[in-house]
Amino acid sequence: MLRSLWLSSSLMVIASGAALAQDKTTLTFTIQSGADRLAIAAALETAFEAANPDVDIVVDTVPGGEEGDNLVKTRLATGDMSDLLWYNTGSLFQALSPTVNFLPMTDQPFLANVIESFNPTVSAGGQVYGVPLGTAMGGGVLYNRVIYDKLGLSAPKTWAEFMANNAAILADGKSPVIQTFADAWTAQLFVLADYYNVQAAEPDFATRYTNNEVKYATSPAALAGFTKQEEVFKAGYLNPDYASAKFEDGIRQLALGEGAHFPMLTFAVATIAEVYPENVKDVGFFALPGTDAANVGLTTWTPSGVYVNAATAAPEAAMRFVAFMTTTEGCDLQTKAVGATGPYMVKGCTLPADVPQVVADMLPYFAEGGKSAPALEFVSPIKGPNMPQITVEVGSGIRSAADAAAIYDEDVKKQAQQLGLPNW
Amino acid sequence: MPDIVVTKPRRGGRLSGAYPGWFYLPAAIIFGILFLLPTLVSFFFAVTRWRLTDWTFIGWDNFIQFFKEPFLIKGLFNTVAYAGITSGLKMVIGLALALMLSSRLVSRGYLRSIIFFPVLVSTVGIGLTFSVAMHPTAGLINATLAMVGITGPGWLTNPSLALYSVALVDVWKGVGLATVIFMAGLAAIPRDLYEAANIDGARRPQSFAYITLPMVKSATVTVILLSFIGGLRSFDLIWAMTKGGPGFSSDVLASVVYKQYQAGFYGLSTAGNVVLLLLVAALAFPLAWILNRGNSK
Repeated sequence: MLRSLWLSSSLMVIASGAALAQDKTTLTFTIQSGADRLAIAAALETAFEAANPDVDIVVDTVPGGEEGDNLVKTRLATGDMSDLLWYNTGSLFQALSPTVNFLPMTDQPFLANVIESFNPTVSAGGQVYGVPLGTAMGGGVLYNRVIYDKLGLSAPKTWAEFMANNAAILADGKSPVIQTFADAWTAQLFVLADYYNVQAAEPDFATRYTNNEVKYATSPAALAGFTKQEEVFKAGYLNPDYASAKFEDGIRQLALGEGAHFPMLTFAVATIAEVYPENVKDVGFFALPGTDAANVGLTTWTPSGVYVNAATAAPEAAMRFVAFMTTTEGCDLQTKAVGATGPYMVKGCTLPADVPQVVADMLPYFAEGGKSAPALEFVSPIKGPNMPQITVEVGSGIRSAADAAAIYDEDVKKQAQQLGLPNW
Repeated sequence: MPDIVVTKPRRGGRLSGAYPGWFYLPAAIIFGILFLLPTLVSFFFAVTRWRLTDWTFIGWDNFIQFFKEPFLIKGLFNTVAYAGITSGLKMVIGLALALMLSSRLVSRGYLRSIIFFPVLVSTVGIGLTFSVAMHPTAGLINATLAMVGITGPGWLTNPSLALYSVALVDVWKGVGLATVIFMAGLAAIPRDLYEAANIDGARRPQSFAYITLPMVKSATVTVILLSFIGGLRSFDLIWAMTKGGPGFSSDVLASVVYKQYQAGFYGLSTAGNVVLLLLVAALAFPLAWILNRGNSK
């Protein structure tokens, strides 16, 4: 690890040395690895360099997930961070000490291009520190439309309808709900995607949660996410290999109709499109159902943000690159690179007419009159790191929903204390 | 003044005195900087909540929080169980293999290298290989069992089995080293003892119980201590195979500490490491003392 860090930083020195010789400004740009993110970064790099010949952009990757989180934190703390960073918003962004590490963008003119609801997810201490790159996602249930058509089912509006659909699917010999606990992060969706329903029942949940006034274990609305996961397991609705299946197995079972429902984020449509292009049309999407058929809404994930390192040597060029990301041209480049995966959070950006079914099912929630709420991690800085393991336990019957919620509350406490929040 | 009187004859009296004491210095500096200093510093950081840039003193809070972790009791039990199982099996199987490989056997050299081979392979590589082989339906092990009509268990997906599956792989990987240590111990036993016993009418079980076992005691102590301490701090194999899962069912102290560090709870994980250090010391020193008791006589 140290050696590769040393190697990459010395490569950066060589790269910047070469750039200096040509009188160019070099901007290093760190992104989380992944084929779609690389394609977006490459498309932006090419277009921006063509329009700005004085700037040379070098893309560097860090792994996704916890390993990458660690690397990013370490690089920031040791002064090894690149000029620009493309990274999560919300609670993960808050964990990076943004007021120390990033340049504020509040006074930059390009911020007017960003849809206002994005700004709180990249704000700290009253300042905005990032712009969106990528598209917004929804958390809910991906479902197989072939199974639904065959059994004459329709997308459920309440949890009771969802469970009734599950019963019909099981009777037909298919797995009603797909779970993939070999990739523990996939287990969290019942809880995370239920947040629209939580805030519908308790509108001030996020604030009171951050202030340590309400707990998952004691709020019936918040506990419901854990209970739903428990119910699905107890009813025997899971795919037989839920304990050993990986995310890719779940995608296969869903796309090929071995299972009907996969609680997931809509970004999975990119994986389906890549591996099972003929089956993209077979997969649809609905929000995780709550109790009220008249109030069905989507829990949303805002796109990741791009931040400028406070220690950058070229703040002007970095801001120019960031500004480019907030143009409709920037959005179109992304659509061209990876297809339409969801709505952009830049004003004036549009999607092509022929989007995948999952995206088409998701867009009405974002449109005028649609109902959506950002996930809890975007409106509260605290998210317990053990949630994947805890939800795996609930989903495989190792621990009861009530127990799990109480343990998760303890987990959250550690995060709040580490962040130095008051009242904890 | 008396201390000079005491030290002078000592210096002259010892042969090793020919080498000045500061020959130890290079090793002492390396040991001090890379081991002693971080250990001492960690005692301090264990009572703070720290980030790479700053720290706050919070007293015993980290330790209180650490012992309140719901998974910790399970983790502590798992740690000791894992160390106990792996060191016990390594000792028994290692001794049996050593006896077999010390006898006159066709292809003895070949078998010796086969058994030692897993020691040389990367732990993570072994972990990943076995996690594929232990897949409940598609894995090599259960597919083989299915051929003879047995439905194999979910080796790594069954919460009450996962830790023991990993422990078995650990034994498979580590038993070669134990075997080598035992073979060295066996080779050091003089043949005459067996001949004398033979003349006195001792049978093979008696020779084994009254000659072999007592004579390989120091090898046994080495094997138990090495594998017990190794088992207590074991992390790489568990992380490669289960990441402490399903849920928290195969978490050990080291993986709990690692996850806390990963989550950014630096103070808490430092406290966990101090606990781990003390646990290893608290179990290993008495064990070494008990096992070595006979030797000094």
